[in-house]
Amino acid sequence: MATEASQPRARAPRPSIGVLEWLRQNLFSNWWNTLLSIVLLFLVFQALSGLLRWVVTTEGWIGVTSNVRLLLVGRYPPDQIWRPELVVGLIAVLLGLSGGAWRGIPLVLAVGFSVAMAVLGLLSLALPPDQVQPVFSTRLFLFGVAALTALGLAAAWRGGSRLRWPLVAGWILLYPVAVLILRGVGEATIGTNLWGGLMLTMILAISGIVLSFPLGVLLALGRRSNLPVIKWFCVAYIELIRGVPLVTVLFMASLMLPLFLPAEVRVDAVVRAIVAVTLFSAAYLAENVRGGLQAIPRGQVEAARALGLNVVQTTLLITLPQALRAVIPVLVGQFIALFKDTSLVVIIGLMDLLGAAQAIYTQPQWLGIPGGVWRETFFVVAGIYWIFSFTMSRTARQIETNLNVGKL
Amino acid sequence: MAVTTPPGQPARIPFYRDTRIIAIIVQVVFALVVIGTLWFLYSTMMDGLRRANLLPSFAFLRQPASFPISESPIPYDPSRTYAYAFLVGVLNTLRVASIGIVLATILGIVLGIARLSNNWLLRNIATVYVEIVRNVPLLLQLFFWYAMSQAFPRVQEAISFGGLLFLHNRGVTIAWPRANDDFGAWAPWLWAGLIAGVGFYIARRIQFARRDRPGVALPWALLIAAAIALLGFVVTRVIAGQWPVTLEIPELQRFGFSGGITMTTNFAALLFGLVIYTATFIGEIVRSGIQAVNKGQREAARALGLTNAQTLRLVIFPQALRIIIPPMTSQYLNLTKNSSLAVAIGFPDLFAVAGTTLNQTGQAVPVILMVMASYLSISLLTSLLMNWYNKRMQLVER
Repeated sequence: MATEASQPRARAPRPSIGVLEWLRQNLFSNWWNTLLSIVLLFLVFQALSGLLRWVVTTEGWIGVTSNVRLLLVGRYPPDQIWRPELVVGLIAVLLGLSGGAWRGIPLVLAVGFSVAMAVLGLLSLALPPDQVQPVFSTRLFLFGVAALTALGLAAAWRGGSRLRWPLVAGWILLYPVAVLILRGVGEATIGTNLWGGLMLTMILAISGIVLSFPLGVLLALGRRSNLPVIKWFCVAYIELIRGVPLVTVLFMASLMLPLFLPAEVRVDAVVRAIVAVTLFSAAYLAENVRGGLQAIPRGQVEAARALGLNVVQTTLLITLPQALRAVIPVLVGQFIALFKDTSLVVIIGLMDLLGAAQAIYTQPQWLGIPGGVWRETFFVVAGIYWIFSFTMSRTARQIETNLNVGKL
Repeated sequence: MAVTTPPGQPARIPFYRDTRIIAIIVQVVFALVVIGTLWFLYSTMMDGLRRANLLPSFAFLRQPASFPISESPIPYDPSRTYAYAFLVGVLNTLRVASIGIVLATILGIVLGIARLSNNWLLRNIATVYVEIVRNVPLLLQLFFWYAMSQAFPRVQEAISFGGLLFLHNRGVTIAWPRANDDFGAWAPWLWAGLIAGVGFYIARRIQFARRDRPGVALPWALLIAAAIALLGFVVTRVIAGQWPVTLEIPELQRFGFSGGITMTTNFAALLFGLVIYTATFIGEIVRSGIQAVNKGQREAARALGLTNAQTLRLVIFPQALRIIIPPMTSQYLNLTKNSSLAVAIGFPDLFAVAGTTLNQTGQAVPVILMVMASYLSISLLTSLLMNWYNKRMQLVER
């Protein structure tokens, strides 16, 4: 008995079935399924062949290929393009090092990132030179980033576990450093009114999550507090924000924030959007964290109190770490929602990725192309949003299985 | 005589270490900080507004709105007041949200069941649909549907689906049932059917309660009501010579369609986008709800000799429903709130009308307060309704 328990549990062997048997079981098990399968097969074939024909024959791709920069960085000054490139380079190095240091999910992400960049580089080789602006630097950049990630991976592959804490610090520092690089210092600052495209989308989403996280945790703790004044304040805030759409919060921030603050204080549009996204996201985050807090057995708190920890210590050392660990997948889900929601800043006049798409397909020079370029533009932009969201949701699912959490 | 502390009893806790007093102090300080901040924001705002001569007031509500609204469920023209225009916006929001909720629920349930189908192809098509639609921003999808609706042909060359549904660049025209003059002759039959159905249902329930065993009542009641209504339908046709209700087929006239109902492109794009998007979330809720029902329940039901359909209807669904309702409520709320994106594709919902009002009057504070209050009360009403339904469903449990 004891020997049996110590052995690794073997998986039950899967009965292997032939192709025909598989088809019979999964597609043609009875007359109804057979009919359904045939109809669906026909529809899928029609849809896919139509899509393929469109992708190959449409002339509209020119709208996207001639506006790559607008999609990625908006109206950011072209001669300053090295700044976002530098930030992406930093991310590549950090990602590569993390992949080597942790293996597991970061490794998959790092390899995926590197491969994706290399593939994009190869794709840019296939484009006619006049459509890649500026040709040399774009290709160099794409291959360079791929190589940097790979180098980071290689550097941290042996004994990378020592790098873990410095890397955590690096990721935390990345946010302020990146903002500093993108803005520039001194006379030559680049106003946020010039920020746009995918870059702006990322900045809004990351700022939103970074800033709303502490606020959300505080609200969640406040909502579970014994002190009635604090509790009711948090309840009121959370329910108020969750009861109204994000557009109203964005609108309020863009219209009312300048009113609320003294005339000397100028808040630019991007900061206003960040404030709105943060305030909005914090309420939802608070509810997620509260779910984690509620899942912690009472005994944990009682044990901590019995050991002589005070309220603050109990919260910081016992309840919060367990609660946050349990809600990591939910928090990633929240981040995905935030990432998609940043597209609403179009309504208050910012030009993020979606705004750039709109700017492209409404350009007058596409009138000559039958049907315009809106299909192609939306196709590409939706693809970009999709890749990020899908990667994140898969990551969340993987974390969920790895930590065996998420079942509250 | 001096009062001395009895030996063995500890000295009084100083107030700064007494948790009860600390709690009060913390709360007072917190309240002061919150009130102080709010007061500061409020007074700066009022200063600014006073200088701009725009002190908040609701007086503008009685002035004529003087802007057109492209579609309205109630008669509207620009000479109506701002308050009336706002009401039009609220009604438009409710219209798109309520139709959207019904359609998204139907599509979502179909999707959720498709995701669990034993047909490999159907299951994977549903999965691909969910994974694509969920991971792309709703606003992008709305822009896409709107751009597509703009690319439809002119009314004269409308794309026809069996002559019942037409797509054209002014909207979507659908054949719609319309009551004829002889509807009055049919109405008593409808009432009779309703009364018979309800009566049958109540009688059966009393019977079940007396025998203390469950049975099927609702489907039979519906069948009886439908049969009587149908009989009346035919009888009216025979007596009056025409059907009491006919399907009105849209006909192409010189300047557009007459007959049927036509949705504007803005409304159709918004509704379509909201339904397509929300249905994926509802589908996932339905799927996980069904999967969450203990496997033993299904096995036990099958062992008792229930058929597959009976197992689903009597064992799985009632239990899954309890898991499904709370997250479903939040999806309904999300759909309602997301309908505010109408402003981006030119459908005059509550948010869009408020935006125009704000631009014209400059009364930011009252307008935003009104918008927030409207959404809050819609949300609150929906949650109350769903909580009531939830409670009713929970009672099924012993």
